[in-house]
Amino acid sequence: MELAISVIVGFMILGALYAIHARDILSAVIAGGIVGYSLVICFLLLKAPDLAIVQIVVETITLIIMVAVVLDSSRVEAYGKFDSRAWVTAGTAVLILLIFFWFLRLASAHLAPFGENTMRMADAYVNGAVDRTGSVNLVTGVIFDFRGYDTLGEATVLVTAVLGVLTILRLRGKKV
Amino acid sequence: MKGMTVIVKKTTQLIAGIVFLYGIYIILHGHLTPGGGFAGGVILAGSFILLILAFGSDFMHLLKEEKGSTIYENLAILAFLLLALTGLLAGGKIFFANWLPHGTPGELVSAGFLPLYNIFVGIEVAASILTIFLALVIFKEEILK
Repeated sequence: MELAISVIVGFMILGALYAIHARDILSAVIAGGIVGYSLVICFLLLKAPDLAIVQIVVETITLIIMVAVVLDSSRVEAYGKFDSRAWVTAGTAVLILLIFFWFLRLASAHLAPFGENTMRMADAYVNGAVDRTGSVNLVTGVIFDFRGYDTLGEATVLVTAVLGVLTILRLRGKKV
Repeated sequence: MKGMTVIVKKTTQLIAGIVFLYGIYIILHGHLTPGGGFAGGVILAGSFILLILAFGSDFMHLLKEEKGSTIYENLAILAFLLLALTGLLAGGKIFFANWLPHGTPGELVSAGFLPLYNIFVGIEVAASILTIFLALVIFKEEILK
């Protein structure tokens, strides 16, 4: 299974690289879709069907909206000049990436092996969720009962996002 | 906005209802099978988006739909909050307390508050994504005018 996930993650990296370098924005959007749909297969292989359902529907809807936006605007990317400021930005990015990987390497020595669940909290959730919440689906039991505050926060984030979109895309009442 | 060709319209007529029912099934069975409020809500929004894209809609109609979906979204999150607040007033005096009887695990009416939370989160997610889509479409119509 780890081999299959590695192959799919390789596809995702290829799709992301192509999306960065594509001249045509439409093909870049489609290549971005490769990343999302490969993630669906990864979720299914890792036995997370709840996430897979959400991911496949959200990916499809965002892809439709992105393709519609690209077809309505321009398909040609606007290239900027690569001057000294761009060098500073790129250098900072590479530096932060190196520091991040250094700390990741330090931290990965203390992590549990891949897929092995050794957390005390998780054990209590897996063994006691059905008795305490009465919900057969463990995920729903956790996100609406044990972690109800998180779900309330997620729903509030969605409402705030809609408020932001409505505020930005409002032409009526605005003096143009 | 304009609609699409006859083929797309006919296929949408056949499929949109099934997609809508599948979303309701995913929401109502959220505490039994994989899925839940978030997944089912996005599927519901997908069926509405499919209808709007295939058949098109005139400008005033879109404005009315956006108003309705905004109201539904805010009422759903308010109901979610009030349901969580009932746990503070009754039962164990804890926010998010699941004080309704749990029933037998595995039946459709069981798990106390969890199906109700699923339903309201489903309405909220569906209305949110539909509102974002409608806002984008209305923006395009206003730009073109």
